[in-house]
Amino acid sequence: MKITEKEFLAPGHRACAGCGEPIGVRLALKVLGENTIAVSPTGCLEVITSPYPETAWEIPWIHVAFENAGAVASGVEAALKSLGRKSNVVVFAGDGGTADIGFQSLSGAMERNHDIIYICIDNEAYMNTGVQRSGATPYGASTMTSPAGKKSFGEDKPKKNLPMIMVAHNVPYVATASISYPEDFMKKVKKASETEGSSYIHLHQPCTTGWGFDPSKTIELGRLAVETGAWILYEVENGDFKVTYRPAQRKPLIEYLKAQKRFKHLKEAEVAMLQDYVDRTCSEYGV
Amino acid sequence: MTSTGAVVKKPGSTRNTKTGSWRTFKPIIDMDKCIDCENCYLFCPEGCINKEYEIDYDYCKGCGICATECPVKAVKMERE
Repeated sequence: MKITEKEFLAPGHRACAGCGEPIGVRLALKVLGENTIAVSPTGCLEVITSPYPETAWEIPWIHVAFENAGAVASGVEAALKSLGRKSNVVVFAGDGGTADIGFQSLSGAMERNHDIIYICIDNEAYMNTGVQRSGATPYGASTMTSPAGKKSFGEDKPKKNLPMIMVAHNVPYVATASISYPEDFMKKVKKASETEGSSYIHLHQPCTTGWGFDPSKTIELGRLAVETGAWILYEVENGDFKVTYRPAQRKPLIEYLKAQKRFKHLKEAEVAMLQDYVDRTCSEYGV
Repeated sequence: MTSTGAVVKKPGSTRNTKTGSWRTFKPIIDMDKCIDCENCYLFCPEGCINKEYEIDYDYCKGCGICATECPVKAVKMERE
């Protein structure tokens, strides 16, 4: 795929070394190009890209409250329409701003089918405030508010299936992606930008600080998630479901779990249970 | 234009902050080994490796993703 060499997210932003979030934003903006307006709710991305009075954004970008990115993006799109202008409107939100706090405004925007692209960059917890659990935290992960210890097991609820909730909104385009598969991700962003109406992309992004692994392994971890079946790459175009990447031979889940500090406390029986859960999900999705 | 929020008018102004000072290990690309796969360019979180594979050390935080993702091990991490 041909992408511009121009960077729309300037260096000098304050992301941790090895952070996956700016990778996702860089690649998405390379596809969307200059004629783009971005909206971000509160989250890691907002904090790292806008240390006042500086900004890392090279395109118009608006930061809004945690709960209303969907509503503000709807407003931007409606305003552009009334002015007779055409521009990509994209939301970059974290999993907290999507699955929990921003959920109702996202649901409204999707229901009204505004011509926006909503990209949820999912690092599976509230990382910016010190790793608190979110609705997107997977079962078993140790976080500050679901710690592993004598009296607590770690996160005891399964990960909320956001992309499928978006499918249930009957929007024209829903996809999952991973920063470790840039070609696949960029193709999906391209499709989303060509879609009339709402599109939703759920981008899986390993977090070196919150998950506990070496900063140089960010891409490796994302790849392991897909290779083990813990994260599945698919798209749903006008209701047609298609898996976009199938690992030739699924790796055992333990390889993904043992690479991260947040799963270190899991015992054999719990790992077996998680493996069973992944196996069932994979056969359900046909991976 | 009136505004009720904070407005930053100069785009890309985080360039004023040279995050290269965070670095402990410095990536060095061996161009003789390089096979032009663009992995380091695509996966750099700072976007500070260009398509000619020149690294902008003003901003490189030394995360080492480029070295891990290089399929031919052309990127070496050296202590500063």
